[in-house]
Amino acid sequence: METANIIVFYLLAAVVAVSSILAVTSKKILRAATFLLFVLVGTAGLYLLLNYHFLAAVQLSVYAGGILVLFIFAILLTKPVIDSVHEEHDRRKSVFGIFTAIAGIALTLFVTLKFKYNYADNTTISGDHEISMKLIGNALMGTDKYQYLLPFEALSVLLLACIIGGILIARKR
Amino acid sequence: MEFTLFILAIPLAVFLVAGLAGSRMKPRAAGVMGTVGIGIAAVLSYTAAFFYFFKIGNGKTDGAFADVVPFSVEWLRFTDKVHIDLGILIDPISVMMLVVITTVSLMVHIYSLGYMEGERGFQRYYAFLSLFSFSMLGLVVATNIFQMYIFWELVGVSSYLLIGFYYTKPQAVAASKKAFIVTRFADLGFLVGILILSFYTGTFDFGALTADNALLVVNTTAGASFLGLSVATWAMALIFMGGAGKSAMFPLHIWLPDAMEGPTPVSALIHAATMVVAGVYLVARLFTVYVFAAPDVLVMIGYVGAFTALFAAIIAITQTDIKRVLAFSTISQIAYMMVALGVSGFGGHGGLGYMASMFHLFTHAFFKALLFLGAGSVIHTVHSNEMSAMGGLRRYMPVTHITFLIACLAIAGIPPFSGFFSKDEILAAAFHHDKVLFAALWIIAGLTAFYMFRLYFNIFWGKKRHYEHTPHESPKIMLFPLLLLALLSCVTGAIPFSNFISGDNIPFDTHIEWGVAASGIAIAVVGILAASSLYRKGDSHAVRHLINSLGNFYQATLHKFYLDEVWMFITKSIVFKCVSTPIAWFDKHVVDGAMNRLGRGTQQLSSAIKGFQSGDVQFYAWVFIAGALIVTALALVM
Amino acid sequence: MEHYLILSSIMFFTGIYGFITRKNMLAVLISIELILNSVEINFSVFNRYLYPEGMEGMIFSLFGIAISAAETAVAIAIIINIYRNLKDINVRRINKMKN
Repeated sequence: METANIIVFYLLAAVVAVSSILAVTSKKILRAATFLLFVLVGTAGLYLLLNYHFLAAVQLSVYAGGILVLFIFAILLTKPVIDSVHEEHDRRKSVFGIFTAIAGIALTLFVTLKFKYNYADNTTISGDHEISMKLIGNALMGTDKYQYLLPFEALSVLLLACIIGGILIARKR
Repeated sequence: MEFTLFILAIPLAVFLVAGLAGSRMKPRAAGVMGTVGIGIAAVLSYTAAFFYFFKIGNGKTDGAFADVVPFSVEWLRFTDKVHIDLGILIDPISVMMLVVITTVSLMVHIYSLGYMEGERGFQRYYAFLSLFSFSMLGLVVATNIFQMYIFWELVGVSSYLLIGFYYTKPQAVAASKKAFIVTRFADLGFLVGILILSFYTGTFDFGALTADNALLVVNTTAGASFLGLSVATWAMALIFMGGAGKSAMFPLHIWLPDAMEGPTPVSALIHAATMVVAGVYLVARLFTVYVFAAPDVLVMIGYVGAFTALFAAIIAITQTDIKRVLAFSTISQIAYMMVALGVSGFGGHGGLGYMASMFHLFTHAFFKALLFLGAGSVIHTVHSNEMSAMGGLRRYMPVTHITFLIACLAIAGIPPFSGFFSKDEILAAAFHHDKVLFAALWIIAGLTAFYMFRLYFNIFWGKKRHYEHTPHESPKIMLFPLLLLALLSCVTGAIPFSNFISGDNIPFDTHIEWGVAASGIAIAVVGILAASSLYRKGDSHAVRHLINSLGNFYQATLHKFYLDEVWMFITKSIVFKCVSTPIAWFDKHVVDGAMNRLGRGTQQLSSAIKGFQSGDVQFYAWVFIAGALIVTALALVM
Repeated sequence: MEHYLILSSIMFFTGIYGFITRKNMLAVLISIELILNSVEINFSVFNRYLYPEGMEGMIFSLFGIAISAAETAVAIAIIINIYRNLKDINVRRINKMKN
């Protein structure tokens, strides 16, 4: 990895980590949503660093563009109540939460760092190795090995179901 | 003869209907239903007796009445040979018992319609009566000894239920428990005896046991002995122990006087006429085995019977509760039957005792039931069991008075009443067999006459009392059974019993031995005259003088020779303290304790983890994640 | 590569912490998004570093994004409906369905 990449990675990593912590701790829900936006954008940056340009684009458009807008709409729609209800954390629960989170992180780190990953001879890590759109398109639309038409179609049905369900649930009676 | 099945089925059906649906029925309806049911059973029994003795009996093989088994199903099969059947056995004594039981039971059913009127639990009472009738009938027609045992216990249960009928009365509850435990204790011996017998012979069936003069029993138990006595002797002695418990032989008689806490008609049915003679019936049923396999036991039966008869007769003289007098008189008379069996040989005139025993059982059932029902009639009017509350009742209750007098004459053995004939046969049998037993029985005959007429004079003669309300004669529905039983007490003596019943089922002829009979009548008359002179005028100085001169002996007799106290000492101080208390402690602390702790532990655990089911999804998620982490950590450590 | 994994695990457990402790249903939903996001990062990182010749990890991330989008859409619809009915979106008080 080049030095620039490393610097960019640490920058993004710092932004993502701090923002995610702030997103779950901030008392105001709108701020939490904003921090989530930072996390999502930072993640898109990470995808770019990993040379998954298409994934980064999808991340930005779907998450940052679609979902977050939904969140903000929802927050604004329910806001009057949020303001009046003072969010008081149940002490015991937050202690449990922190404890679990720290224990989980420790455990994961232990496993991750103990295991020796063998990627020294991997040449695709640095440099431009973008996967071409044509390849992705073929993989999504083919029916051979390592091609994903069936999950793709299943997902499209799921999305359709979600659209209908969302409308059904949220519409005024 | 298949219709004999209905004799059992009808009382059972009545019991089920009255027991299950009784609370929805009118009391009267339940009573009438029970009475009609037992009435039908009675008619069927008479038909069965008629057919057996006069139709089937005419085709006798070798001149003997053959056994008829109209119905039998296999119930439990242990091995090819050993199995328990349920069936109906018709032979002379079982037919006779059917007639006795259904007749007395019918009388008691009718009588109870009047006597128990307005009592709480009237339907329950009739349900129990039907249950008892069913069990008793099942007992007498049993084809094998195990079926007999089953019905034996059923009889015990229904007796328990009926003694404790007034379950709000503590004495009644105590009496019912006492009756049940004492007879249960005796039944333990019975059961062990059955098991020994069937272990050696490999069968429970009466037919097989008594076939060819009990050859099977003699052969299979030959050579086996225990403590110097043959196994057959042990088995038959233990079986007799069961019979002694039910028939209230000394020293297991203590439950019967207390059982008088039950309703009086129940005492008449169960504790005078039917259940208590089950022991006699048992010995008679296995008589062949006793004669050929265990003659020693028969001698023992004779002496136990004689002692019990004498003992009970002496106690009966001093009792003041009229039902208790009758109870001791019952014990004495049943012991009489036992003696008769004890002095009997197998066939022909040597088997006179067997016949006499059954004859006395037959006649005694009627006049003793009559005595109890008469006493019930008196109690119904006076509202007391104590003799001191009675006297001069003959003017107020003429019918009860006359019928009671007939019964007293019958039991005392005055001709031409039925008791004379049967008692005479017993005396004759004893006279030819064992002079000591004859002497005992002769004295007892006098004592019987004395205490019965003491009772009679105290109730119906004596000083005129001042009653709170004028005594009145009982309603007609209660008088009818009295009159019918009185009639039976007069005429049943004329039945030529030896033509129907004998040890080997071969009829023979008997004639009254006037020498023996005359001595019996003489001592009975002496007894009656003594009672008359002492009690007819009310409490005389002579009675008090007699009591004073007897002193301690009188006191001992009044307290039934302290036998209850002896038993209490044995059970309380020895059995309870040394055996039951440690077992109870173990049960309470170790067995129950373990169970309780288990239960309490579960309760505590559940209340501790109940909080987990809060419905809080976030908490569930936390538990899930924590669990996943722990599992992962464990997998790493392993 | 380990750095990526460290980052994603921090994100994951932050999400879990939020999921357990937050009361607002929308905040809970945000936490879920964090969790999903961290998983998607893991997919693509493993793909890139260990199996660069294929692209299964990337495709899985793609699908994951789509599914999380669907899930969020439905969840928000439900939340808005609940809010409309109960005027409250506090998780601890959404227990009326229990009765």
